[in-house]
Amino acid sequence: MSRLRSYLDVLQRERPPGDLVFALGFLAFCLFLFANLGEEVEWVSGMGLVSQPAFWPTVSVLGMLLFAILHVCGSLVSPRTPGRLQETVFWMRSLEYVAYLLVYVWSVPFLGYLPATVLFSLLVTFRLGYRKPVAYGAALLFAISVVLIFKSILQVNMPVGELYEHLPASLRRFAMSYL
Amino acid sequence: MEAVIGGIEILLNWQVLLALFVGSVGGVIIGAIPGVGAPTAIAILLPATFSMEPVVGLTMLLGIYGSSMYGGAIPAVLLNTPGTPVNALTTYDGFPMTQRGEAHRALSLAYSASFFGGIFAILCLILFAPVLAMVAPKFGSREIFLAALLGIVLVIVAHRGQAMAAGMLAFLGIFLNSVGLETVKYTQRFTFDQAWLSSGFDLIVVVLGLFGISQALVLMVDSDAVPKPMTVQGNLFRGFAELFRHKRVASVSSGFGVAMGIIPGVGEFTAQFLSYTYARKTSKQPGMFGKGSPEGIIASEASNNAVPPSAMIPLLALGIPGEALTAMMLSVFYVHNVVPGPQLFRDHMDFIMALYLSLLILNVLVVIFLLFSTNALIKVTQVPTRFLGMTIMALSFVGVYSLRNSITDCAIASGFGVFGLILKRLGLPVVPIILGMVLGGIMEVKLRASMARIDSPLDFFDRPISVVIILAIVFVIVQHLRTLRAEGKQPGTTAGDSV
Repeated sequence: MSRLRSYLDVLQRERPPGDLVFALGFLAFCLFLFANLGEEVEWVSGMGLVSQPAFWPTVSVLGMLLFAILHVCGSLVSPRTPGRLQETVFWMRSLEYVAYLLVYVWSVPFLGYLPATVLFSLLVTFRLGYRKPVAYGAALLFAISVVLIFKSILQVNMPVGELYEHLPASLRRFAMSYL
Repeated sequence: MEAVIGGIEILLNWQVLLALFVGSVGGVIIGAIPGVGAPTAIAILLPATFSMEPVVGLTMLLGIYGSSMYGGAIPAVLLNTPGTPVNALTTYDGFPMTQRGEAHRALSLAYSASFFGGIFAILCLILFAPVLAMVAPKFGSREIFLAALLGIVLVIVAHRGQAMAAGMLAFLGIFLNSVGLETVKYTQRFTFDQAWLSSGFDLIVVVLGLFGISQALVLMVDSDAVPKPMTVQGNLFRGFAELFRHKRVASVSSGFGVAMGIIPGVGEFTAQFLSYTYARKTSKQPGMFGKGSPEGIIASEASNNAVPPSAMIPLLALGIPGEALTAMMLSVFYVHNVVPGPQLFRDHMDFIMALYLSLLILNVLVVIFLLFSTNALIKVTQVPTRFLGMTIMALSFVGVYSLRNSITDCAIASGFGVFGLILKRLGLPVVPIILGMVLGGIMEVKLRASMARIDSPLDFFDRPISVVIILAIVFVIVQHLRTLRAEGKQPGTTAGDSV
């Protein structure tokens, strides 16, 4: 028993708040993948082991599982730092901003890149708590600069906004190409 | 010499020179802003470079990669906050100097040491390029597979105190690479009958999620931080003279940077650790380390800036990226159907020389830029962090969405963004995932190709380079286990304490 304990001591490390939650969550993910190994990969008859389509997924899932178990053990034998709940809440709070990003992504094909980016920048600036006009000026300048650099100059692949269809003919082509 | 002239010809193109200038100056500015960093910037710009000529796109990315550490020294010295993670060691001696009223001296030393490290590494590479061109073609499928495996092993053991996490994340990267329709027997792997998983996970989407969106989320969810404004007065050229007095430390540290840059999976942190330890052990004033030692700053900055040029070696010579930034650059090669590896080194030495010479020019450009614009750059560090988060998120969107205008890609990148946020909050490394994805793909292809050419696994031992790499893998693993055991025997220590 003491020998096992000394082996586990090797796994001791810093354990920040939320470490065990992450370690257990990752282990659960690995177990899920492991349980699905039989269903989700195919072993083809007549092929060598390392040429099998299933070889690398199997190696990677087994590798993940082994290290995830050791990571959980490391977490369990390391001194705990309080604050698990606060940390988990912090992680969850990020989902709000992910939602804003996805709404922004969804709106680009309708509004067009420039209007969607301006709206996103201004609204998120408001949500982040900035109230001074200079912050909104900076957000507006940033949004216009991004569109000018990426869409107008670098010509990155962005969809044309449906809203642009309603612009006067002279402006429409310009907006479709550069904004 | 012919290759050098060919390289100069490639560089004498306005697009390349403009890309070099934009990358260099942009890299310094990005490096000076704590919380952005070169990986985020490169991830954002990556899709935009796909429409450029390979040498133009690569020069711009190299400019950012090679110059961001220069800029990162500014907040490290003045605010005790590293601009990029690799400037963390610079805070140990840079900030105490600032507190003593010697900010200009610390910055000047950091710039000159970075310059020395960068130039030292480039000259080493130009001198050794003919040797590398001879050795690289001797790497066949077996050797490249083993070198990639060595990279995986090194990236795990290099994260001391976090080796288990690095291991599971490296294998996660290998797993992510294997998801989707495989191209030999056209079977589905871990797609769960979902059409969106059939094409697998795109490296750029994962990179932008883990580096760009995660950083944006970290900054936006956390409370705002605005550093106090300050200015630097004094002659920033003096550091070059002081550097000359510590030329031994500068040379050895740059040497460590070159050596660690070449080895896949190791990189700046190990180079800095070795350099700093060496500088302290051989110093006449070891007690000054951590309290404002000029040798400490030189060791840190010379070694970290020597890494980027040498990190290009495994990428260009073998097609094996050693860390996240070169992994991202690999995708630029792939998009243009340029296959980095022994053939590139053998047949297109002028292209290689053009990249090295561009690194040389960027170091000169950056130092000139910094000597005259440091006070203006300090203002950049004043951007409120939550606002900065918003800008990174909007820029990350461009990177992901411009790939193929897919909302699914953005959702996947957001998922990796949240995952990256959790990893960053827990202090766990992100790089093993990216290296696992890239090296996993290389290992799968190369192992399959090697097994078709050999009769038994023992044939791996019949070529000298294979044997050397296998012995290196065994040595690294045994040494790591011995270190863990020794640390475990010391009472009151954890495995990570020695880092």
